[in-house]
Amino acid sequence: MADTLLEIQHLNTSFRIHDDYYAAVDDVTLTVNKNEVLAIVGESGSGKSALAFSIMGLHNRAKIEGSILFKEQELVGLPYSKLNQLRGDQLSMIFQDPLTALNPLMNIGDQIGEAILLHQKKLTKKKRKERVIDLLNQVGIPRPEQICEQFPHQLSGGMRQRVIIAIAIANRPELLIADEPTTALDVTIQAQILDLIRELKENMHAGIILITHDLGVVAEMADRVAVMYAGQIVELADVHTLFEKPLHPYTRSLLHSVPNEGQDKLHVIQGIVPSLQHLPRRGCRFAERIPWLDGSAHEEQPELHEVEPEHFVRCTCYRHFHFPAEREGWTHGIS
Amino acid sequence: MAFLEVKNLKVHFPVRGGLFNRKIGAVKAVDGVSFTIEQGKTYGLVGESGSGKTTTGRAIIGLNKITEGQVIFEGEGLTGKNPRRKKDVQMIFQDPYSSLNPRKRVLDIIAEPLRNYENLTKQDELEQVIQLLKRVGLSEDSIWKYPHEFSGGQRQRIGIARAIALKPKLIIADEPVSALDVSVQAQVLNFMQEIQEELNLTYLFISHDLGIVKHMSDRIGIMYKGRFVEEGTTGEIFNSPQHIYTKRLVAAIPDIDPKKRSLQKRLRQEVQAEYTRSYHDYFDEQGLVYDLRNISDSHLAALPEKG
Repeated sequence: MADTLLEIQHLNTSFRIHDDYYAAVDDVTLTVNKNEVLAIVGESGSGKSALAFSIMGLHNRAKIEGSILFKEQELVGLPYSKLNQLRGDQLSMIFQDPLTALNPLMNIGDQIGEAILLHQKKLTKKKRKERVIDLLNQVGIPRPEQICEQFPHQLSGGMRQRVIIAIAIANRPELLIADEPTTALDVTIQAQILDLIRELKENMHAGIILITHDLGVVAEMADRVAVMYAGQIVELADVHTLFEKPLHPYTRSLLHSVPNEGQDKLHVIQGIVPSLQHLPRRGCRFAERIPWLDGSAHEEQPELHEVEPEHFVRCTCYRHFHFPAEREGWTHGIS
Repeated sequence: MAFLEVKNLKVHFPVRGGLFNRKIGAVKAVDGVSFTIEQGKTYGLVGESGSGKTTTGRAIIGLNKITEGQVIFEGEGLTGKNPRRKKDVQMIFQDPYSSLNPRKRVLDIIAEPLRNYENLTKQDELEQVIQLLKRVGLSEDSIWKYPHEFSGGQRQRIGIARAIALKPKLIIADEPVSALDVSVQAQVLNFMQEIQEELNLTYLFISHDLGIVKHMSDRIGIMYKGRFVEEGTTGEIFNSPQHIYTKRLVAAIPDIDPKKRSLQKRLRQEVQAEYTRSYHDYFDEQGLVYDLRNISDSHLAALPEKG
């Protein structure tokens, strides 16, 4: 594939709990291209944020194995000094909670300026100031000169999130990771922020990893989608295929559990997401959430299968999957 | 007689400052809200953060002091100290992680309303709690556990069990699923619908998520800056919104179909353009909405006088 920006191969991120390592990200292989939005979907505990933090090198004590190639440069094991040259510059991140991600004791102008200062040291103070104003304009903040002098607590949630975005794009990143960028926001502001991220893609041709649990946001934004469950990618496809022809039971269940036109009852996924320490060591991790499927439907060591070009599904259970309510009409078994 | 009638409800919070900490102003969190709810129905209260929807709910149950106006519940005023309200009106809170006391066992959490209002023997109380737990789909032995031993959805169900312990008639659900994952959301919403049928409950469903409100509600009221912007049946609000604010809100919901993406975007831009163009037609000098006017029998919108 041309213009590959990020190539993740067999990434394992494990955390140590009581002298034992548990993989929060388990054998993830992914690529992100330029000018593309890759959405990562999953519930809490699926490892999507752990994956983002691994790319950014933000895990302190985790054991990271595998390879993350960013423009052919290996990020795993890269020393901090080198990593810091990339982070905030070519590689940047929008954090979920705009209140905790900003420094409460620093005014907005200085916080954005800091990001520029760290990577463009030769810029004069005046130029830097101009750039900050320019960025604030770009993210749609009114009266940027005044806002520069203000502190985070004086701004509303939507405004703060725009400031976070301004910091993230200050140095025109090539890869932008947005970790639930709109979860804390109202719908109208969400729509504006999403438009903003879309513009970034179009104007700067950046690659964007969008982490979210909101399927509506995915449908609006993504080019390709990776669905994660319990640390693994269970399905990977382009956005149209995923919404029209979802295969993996988890993807299908998720799509069924959001309110939709003409639907009386929402589908409920049985059981709960297993905690890190209680992950099944072998076999399909989703098996216990769909107990009505026969054990033989699952693979012993589920792998990602390319069922169609560029459409990957883990395990073989998708072939046999059906919703429990459909079971009454289920007469002929599996063809 | 309406089941619940809210008449011109106002909740103002004083702003204090200056010399001797005098009252120097007021935040008008809720500023003249009126609506009625029928028994057995779900009324959805929607608005962005800061619109006063939570304050409205809390004022009805008595957690916020009412500055002006009336709340009439089955023909009886709910203002002042009326013990009836406390039994018949219950609340489900937003965050199941902070609304359950971490030091209490599930038995004590669910039995608390029973202990306050009903004189039961230990044995009867235990039986009732077990009944309630079964009803919300939790096992009998959970009574000896603590809240942290449960998942988010289970905790929210404990909160619901506590809310229905006294067989209330009206439940105020303040963002009951906002803190939960999609699949758990579905579980709690389904369950709320089930017990509504079973116990003939009436819900005041407060949420900022329009998709969920649409799924749950019979009628919807949309709030902005402490006032109602529009009120109508779910169909009326979503299919023919009248006020520009409602239109903008409806247009902002992400569509789950990626094929409609560009269509959706165009629609949103149109609405946004209309919003900026005709802002002054819909809002007065202070940026507040006008009073509600009837458009049809059931549909009301805050449109200016001239039309």
